[in-house]
Amino acid sequence: MSRLKIKTIEDFQNDGTSPETLFWIGCAGSFDDRAKRITKAFVRILNSANISFGVLGKDESCTGDPAKRAGNEFLFQMQAMTNIETLNSFDIKTIVTTCPHCFNTIKNEYPSLGGNYDVYHHTQFINKLLEEGRFSIKGGTYKGKKITYHDPCFLGRANKEYSAPRNLIKKLDAELSELKRCKSKALCCGAGGAQMFKESEKGKTEINIERAKEIKENTSKIVATGCPFCNTMLTDGTKSFEENKKVEVLDIAELIVKAKDL
Amino acid sequence: MELLPNIIFSVILIIALGFFVINIKRLRRNINFGKGQTETIDDSPQRWKNMIRIALGQSKMARRPIAGILHIIVYLGFIIINIELIEIIIDGIFGTHRMFSSIGVLYGILIGLFEIFAILVLIAVLIFWTRRNLSRIKRFYETKMMGWPKLDADLILYFEIVLMSLFLLMNATDVEFQNMNNGNLISGLIYPFFEGFSSETLHILERSFWWSHIVGILIFLNYLYYSKHLHIILAFPNTFYGSLENSGKLNNIKSVTNEVNIMMGKTSESDTLDDINFGASDVKDLSWLQLLNAYSCTECGRCTSSCPANITGKKLSPRKIMMDVRDRIEEVGRNIDKNGWFKDDNKKLLGDYISKEELWACTSCNACVEECPISINPLSIIMDMRRHLIMEESSAPNELNNMMNNIENNGAPWPFNQQDRLNWNE
Ligand code: SF4
Ligand code: SF4
Repeated sequence: MSRLKIKTIEDFQNDGTSPETLFWIGCAGSFDDRAKRITKAFVRILNSANISFGVLGKDESCTGDPAKRAGNEFLFQMQAMTNIETLNSFDIKTIVTTCPHCFNTIKNEYPSLGGNYDVYHHTQFINKLLEEGRFSIKGGTYKGKKITYHDPCFLGRANKEYSAPRNLIKKLDAELSELKRCKSKALCCGAGGAQMFKESEKGKTEINIERAKEIKENTSKIVATGCPFCNTMLTDGTKSFEENKKVEVLDIAELIVKAKDL
Repeated sequence: MELLPNIIFSVILIIALGFFVINIKRLRRNINFGKGQTETIDDSPQRWKNMIRIALGQSKMARRPIAGILHIIVYLGFIIINIELIEIIIDGIFGTHRMFSSIGVLYGILIGLFEIFAILVLIAVLIFWTRRNLSRIKRFYETKMMGWPKLDADLILYFEIVLMSLFLLMNATDVEFQNMNNGNLISGLIYPFFEGFSSETLHILERSFWWSHIVGILIFLNYLYYSKHLHIILAFPNTFYGSLENSGKLNNIKSVTNEVNIMMGKTSESDTLDDINFGASDVKDLSWLQLLNAYSCTECGRCTSSCPANITGKKLSPRKIMMDVRDRIEEVGRNIDKNGWFKDDNKKLLGDYISKEELWACTSCNACVEECPISINPLSIIMDMRRHLIMEESSAPNELNNMMNNIENNGAPWPFNQQDRLNWNE
């Protein structure tokens, strides 16, 4: 695949300019094969809307969220302060990210450590572009198709953002078909709180399998979400579905890219 | 001799209120046993709004419509009928009879309203009892709910049934009141059942119901401290002090900030003088707000029934976390009552009440926080206990140690090189 047009903040500095926003890619978006595709989809959207954005590249480091939620406040604050130093040294004002965990941490937990930024989840950012008339979404591909949406805990309950992703699905002319437990009552995918990195405790079933049952009851063939971790968990949880029940788990950015053929 | 009932009444009233004050003081002392860090509590007007909306307005109860509506009836009934207490107490102290009846029509309207609520409460409470005992709703049958919590829940319902019935019976056997025919909406329907009774018998009955009713209320008042029913009082401060921020925000420990600043060479001053504990292993390490949370918990189980870990059969139950904290702080409180100070009992919240297995099962999804009808935050306690496990005991599941090592060494939870952060674009 061809390389996408990206610039690091350093590149901008060398040109003597600064970008409109920083795209914080996150560890999953940088290293996880599935999540990399989400990163690319969002870059395509930014490029097609002619947004000047920068990335940190090798200057980016884990926000510290999994360490904090595992209980390692030391490691978290070390990460946070290092990142804040980097961000402040580049005079970053606006941050957009495709990961709700990075979003939550930078938005809510960095300010009291000296990091104050305007932080957007990519679904919020795309909505903003739509409102400002800088980007448009065409239905076409998904017209009349049923899409269901899984609320990531760290975007939904944690930050009360339920409408931005839903609004984008509606813009695709798709029929949004809600899961039984949705919005503030949504069931977790099982990855949060550092669970992604460990085996789960003994129980009757896995959380992503429990969520997958609900997805199966809903007859949509596409499951949209807005978190690389939810994406992995739900892809795993739904992969045992029989051939005629198969679903595709896609990030909202990927849906938009497909619809617009970017 | 004529004054005897008034004196007896006053003595009972003073003893009951005295006990109540003693319990409230004990409650305050126990809650203040928590020394952990709380976020600064500002005096935003939003706090008053939250208290009025969530505690008084019961805004969160409607998330489960059936239980919610029934609860609102019982709650409104409870508050409204208790206005009648003012008259009962005045009558009791001064030996008057229905002191306020002289206000006429308004009195009738009030009593009529009380009676209607009394019957509604009776019906609601009977449905509650049926739901709890016959339809065996799952969230009422966790192991932790067996024994006292189950008995407590039933006792509260029996209390309400008895008190409401006594209120109606007391009105129904009050001949004078029935003859006024002003507000006896429900009791007027019961009155005919006592038709053949002599006026003395009726008087004796009326007095017995009246006395049983007020003594019952005073007993109930003092029962609160030992019961989950304490929430009818504590729901108010609890919702007032509840967090105003996004629930995704987990506090940054200040003493850690200081240490990290020293490590990064930003400051050399250590402003933490006393030896600090990171995280919580026992109730003293929790904050007063977390202990207030525990005393306020209604044991309704809304949190547990929406907890992904619990739903999938893991040991974790956020309700159990809250009940364990209350049990432990009560144990500590009894220890202080007995010894005058806290004498080490070789027990801890961590281990003796809450196991590591429970703590590690949490996904920090905030479902419990969202569901709680009175703004309790079980997640904050789970996180503080994990902090103790990691920072004081270095006891984490191995995979988590790997994840943390990776972050420390190469800035990502997986073993990838930080220099390769742009390789996704190859
Ligand atoms: S935050 Fe933890 S305890 Fe609360 S509902 Fe989610 S998994 Fe359960
Ligand atoms: S913490 Fe809240 S939701 Fe959970 S049992 Fe207690 S009162 Fe109910």
